[in-house]
Amino acid sequence: MKLLRELLFPLIAVVAAFIVGGILILIIGDNPLETYRLLFGSALSWPVGIGYTLFYATPLIFTGLAVLVAFRCGLLNIGAEGQLYIGAFATAWVGITFANLSPWFLIPMCFIAAIVGGGVWGAIPGILKARFGSHEVINTIMLNFLAVALLSYFTQYHYKAPGDPIMESIPIGPGAHIARLGKFIPGMPQFIPLNLAFVLALICCGLVYIFLWRTKWGYELRSTGTNPSAAEYGGISVRKQIVIAMTISGSLAGMVGINEVLGYRYRYYDGFSDNYGFTGIAVALLGRNHPVGVIIAALLFAVLQRGGIPVDAFTQHVTKDIVQVLQGTIILFVAAEAFFRGPFAKFGLLKRSKV
Amino acid sequence: MSEIFTIALVWSTIRLSTPLVLAALGGLFSERSGVINIALEGMMLAGAFTAAAVTYAAGNPFVGLAAGMMAGMLIAAIHAVACIRYKADQVVTGTAINILMLGLPAFLSGAFFLSSGSTPQIPKDHLIPWTPIVMALVLVPLSWYVLYKTPFGLRLRSVGENPEAADAAGVPVARMRYAGVLLSGVLAGIGGAYLSIGQSSLFTRNMTSGRGFIALAALIFGKWRPFQTLLACLLFGFTEAISIQMQGVVKLPSGEDIPVQFIQMVPYVLTIIVLAGFIGSSRPPQALGIPYQKER
Repeated sequence: MKLLRELLFPLIAVVAAFIVGGILILIIGDNPLETYRLLFGSALSWPVGIGYTLFYATPLIFTGLAVLVAFRCGLLNIGAEGQLYIGAFATAWVGITFANLSPWFLIPMCFIAAIVGGGVWGAIPGILKARFGSHEVINTIMLNFLAVALLSYFTQYHYKAPGDPIMESIPIGPGAHIARLGKFIPGMPQFIPLNLAFVLALICCGLVYIFLWRTKWGYELRSTGTNPSAAEYGGISVRKQIVIAMTISGSLAGMVGINEVLGYRYRYYDGFSDNYGFTGIAVALLGRNHPVGVIIAALLFAVLQRGGIPVDAFTQHVTKDIVQVLQGTIILFVAAEAFFRGPFAKFGLLKRSKV
Repeated sequence: MSEIFTIALVWSTIRLSTPLVLAALGGLFSERSGVINIALEGMMLAGAFTAAAVTYAAGNPFVGLAAGMMAGMLIAAIHAVACIRYKADQVVTGTAINILMLGLPAFLSGAFFLSSGSTPQIPKDHLIPWTPIVMALVLVPLSWYVLYKTPFGLRLRSVGENPEAADAAGVPVARMRYAGVLLSGVLAGIGGAYLSIGQSSLFTRNMTSGRGFIALAALIFGKWRPFQTLLACLLFGFTEAISIQMQGVVKLPSGEDIPVQFIQMVPYVLTIIVLAGFIGSSRPPQALGIPYQKER
């Protein structure tokens, strides 16, 4: 019953968003049902559709977890976008600089680089908040832009192959490549970039769950989120928790780089992120800030992203921009959940809770 | 260096600051009433798209501008209802609007103009390169006057600082906040319209490219006050102008270009520094971001 209640509002929000999207599609003169059939049909086809959908879900699981950890500490990390760029560049830097090392050393080093890179970029707003009390939302927005500018500088002036018209770094050493899952799954072609980072993302979900709900540190972090003054009174250093939460959050976001650089492009590509950091907020929110919820929500958003491509190609008027329209509407409805609580309470379906 | 500091640079600074000033003033009204507005970006995009589309269809930029203002207000209304009526998280709602508006204008342009997300070119004599600049110049002192010298401004500021006390004094908290957020949508809408039918001659996908966030930064750098915010916008507009002017003109002694990225970083670094309290203290309105729950 509790599970049902947890699922109810996210589900309503998603359905409502699809209705709004459907109306828009109808207005511009296409068939909503046909469009949605195309969207889901292609995203869930075996093996290419599903392979790509899982590939798209990977960064969203990482950023969803990142937002979740910060959120459980009472912080809103809208800087996952910047953190994942720094993580990706750091891992590419190690992959380029130590290109000749054996994979046994190189891959762990690249992993650590992504984690540390993202972690440092996440720690900065944490420290700023703990030390000066400045709001993490503004600082993370600023750090997003800073990361983009900084990395565009490094790519353009230091790590680009001379004469390359594309803003991308030189390739990482072959020893830093991680395996694509096509190698292990029969029937999945290897051109699909789904790679070991997806497995890593699932492992991270487990780790985050254990950390938050099964350890003393996680308990301290969550107490800070639910009631900072009570936590402080109970002997927990709120400032320390803020820094810890933002660092972990940043590290998780940084791991997007593992998927992108080590498993897919094998180089750093300027501006690769398709709003993964911001979509992470939606993923965490829709997933009720729980690791299992994050997986489900990430899969849904990945389906949208993958399904947007054939929608763009095979409908009369609908472009893949419908994906962002749906995403935005879903977040809006999830955030303004009270909007749905009202009618439910009216018909006695739900006890009116304090909103 | 003299080839950089020219009249052209001053002109370019003014042009680049104008959308920032308009959007930042919008943010000012919303945030002084206690509602965080990171949706400025989305509201600007709404204004930019609608202004361009309506100007193209109606052949009159002033009709377009008015439509852009309405569009900004409509998006602001979504933000306001979600945040004030349904007490949604203001930052999350703002993010949702930004994502939505990244898609919606491109979606509609794609359908109405059969393009890949932009509106058709608007003829040159249907553009208004001056009106929004004049509006921005007038609106700064006007906003100051409204905020500090009128009962409306006093009430608006009071619900942003201490809604309980304001409520006790008979100020309608929710209504004032609606007014603040809707005003911010109108102003950000003008800022967006300037981008599409003032500076350029069409709407393109994501044409604000972060200006809403820079405007927000300017608002914080200007400590939530109209004239300081204007100065901050001019400073940020200047950094953008100079980074455009410098491209390919000024070289380092070694013969390389000066990386423009470092100049682009200036607004962000300054905002972080001022927010940390290194250059005077920048204190947000006391009740910023907190939904108001009336005592029963």
